[in-house]
Amino acid sequence: MKQLEGQVRIPSGCAISAVISKEGRRMTGEKIIGSMKPMHDRSNGLGGGFAGYGIYPEYKDLFALHLFFRDKPTRLECEAYLREVLEIVKAEIIPTRKIPQITDEPIIRRYFVTPLRSVLASMQLDEKEFIARIVMHINTSIDGAYVFSSGKNMGAFKAVGFPEDVGVFYRLDEYEAYAWTAHGRYPTNTPGWWGGAHPFALLDCSVVHNGEISSYDANRRFIEMYGYKCTLQTDTEVITYIADYLLRRQGLTLEETAEVIAAPFWSTIDRYGPEKREQLTYLRTVYASLLVTGPFSIVLGFEGGLMALNDRLKLRSMVVAEKEDLVFIASEEAAIRAMEPAAENLYAPAGGEPVIVRVREGAY
Amino acid sequence: MVIDAREMDYTALNRAVRSSREDCVIDNCLGQRFIAAGEPEREIVVNGIPGNALGAYLNGARVVVNGNAQDAVGDTMNDGVIVVHGDLGDTAGYAMRGGAIYAAGNAGYRAGIHMKAYKDRLPVMVIGGCTGSFLGEYQAGGLIIVLGLHRDGRPIVSNFPGTGMHGGRMFLRSRCQDVLFPEQVTAHPAAEEEKAEIRPYILEFCRLFGGDPEALLSGEFTVVAPDSDNPYHQLYVEN
Repeated sequence: MKQLEGQVRIPSGCAISAVISKEGRRMTGEKIIGSMKPMHDRSNGLGGGFAGYGIYPEYKDLFALHLFFRDKPTRLECEAYLREVLEIVKAEIIPTRKIPQITDEPIIRRYFVTPLRSVLASMQLDEKEFIARIVMHINTSIDGAYVFSSGKNMGAFKAVGFPEDVGVFYRLDEYEAYAWTAHGRYPTNTPGWWGGAHPFALLDCSVVHNGEISSYDANRRFIEMYGYKCTLQTDTEVITYIADYLLRRQGLTLEETAEVIAAPFWSTIDRYGPEKREQLTYLRTVYASLLVTGPFSIVLGFEGGLMALNDRLKLRSMVVAEKEDLVFIASEEAAIRAMEPAAENLYAPAGGEPVIVRVREGAY
Repeated sequence: MVIDAREMDYTALNRAVRSSREDCVIDNCLGQRFIAAGEPEREIVVNGIPGNALGAYLNGARVVVNGNAQDAVGDTMNDGVIVVHGDLGDTAGYAMRGGAIYAAGNAGYRAGIHMKAYKDRLPVMVIGGCTGSFLGEYQAGGLIIVLGLHRDGRPIVSNFPGTGMHGGRMFLRSRCQDVLFPEQVTAHPAAEEEKAEIRPYILEFCRLFGGDPEALLSGEFTVVAPDSDNPYHQLYVEN
């Protein structure tokens, strides 16, 4: 019997890439797809994906749920649940192109939804928390159904395949976003399946990641105490939940979040002045279990911006460059040059040094 | 021979490079890996951005990059010269055991990691700008020279230089008062006779990229070396 990926281990880096317009100018997906081509060999065809921000302006006040279903009965079961708790304003198939490079796709649909006010009121929850709980419920309790995107005016698109093919498959040339992130996967420890492709998204927060989280289980045990459930059989998922927990629920800033995830070494903390030293010591102590160790370079997408971050030892490569209102982030300079040959101010951020880019207020 | 690398993947490009023994110019390079891997002689000029592991196992050829290079330049190179008119990515000169790398700009993390000397071979890496953290990590031999030009207020090397270093030397053109070295290395101001040892490499650097070698050599250099010939003495057994 043919063994599936996951039953056999295919030892095989990853590629990440991102672009954002600080002026909120919207770009089709073609540029970001093109950036993945020179990095083709960082992936092995077992996963590719993109996140676009600002893609659903006509539904910008609704949560856009993107779902995979194994089969029709699963879809019907899940839709019955959705109707109980949400008002579904629009439900449709996510348009795809049939191409030979992408096969075995699940049922892929999206739902533009808003929580039923009566349910919200009775549960005394804000709408983001409510949606997050629905996502967790579906991913843990409805076998064969996965919510892989759940933010407003943004969407993740992912599949098993090479990223440049995944972009064509999802017709990303037909979407316009003020920020795009992309990932090409080379799974090392866990199966290459549709749900396991990047980005990993919860609400408006999405993560693409190159690396391997040594602290995964410590991080998972901590975050699962707060209602998050790791269901997608790969490590990156936990970074998304950590980011959502620290940013949305704990109210940390992006800088502080970076100082938790990629906390400096104690020897480095000792060299700071008293105020900074106290802050870093506080964050490392309170959120000790959310320190992410092992090699990583990530791009975190959120409403109105991106944050790039390397592990504190910088065991993965990442470069940043600019051109006019655009900022580019990628695993390799070649990817940036593919998007903009004349990109300027190219540099490699230090390990643990967050690069935060925001769209001008009011422009998204 | 001129090769237009546009739309070529790395296997096709490297096949084209190897199809001839002539000197070679690669135009429109964009991320193709392993260029000049194992090349014994001749000159290969790269216009554009070469991919990772440029000049891996290089064995005598001269590689010139008119631009920046990515990660792992000169990985395990044995002989030859790599000249980069720009910056180096991470892990430049990884485990190199011979030949030379000259870069006009900065280097990323872990430049010179695992560099080693072997018999009559002395690998040399000269970096014009500054370097990221872990410069010379586990360095076992050879020379790393960092000139700290165009520093923009940055320290000449970032954190943890020489971690695990147990051979070879680093010359940093700075008093390095802002640099924290690990316990197993010593750092001292370069004596005139030590500076004389690096003079040929500084001359070559200025020949390649411009600059006044005497002005560079008149600056203060810090020499970093392991603090004993045998840092692992009795770590496990008497040896």
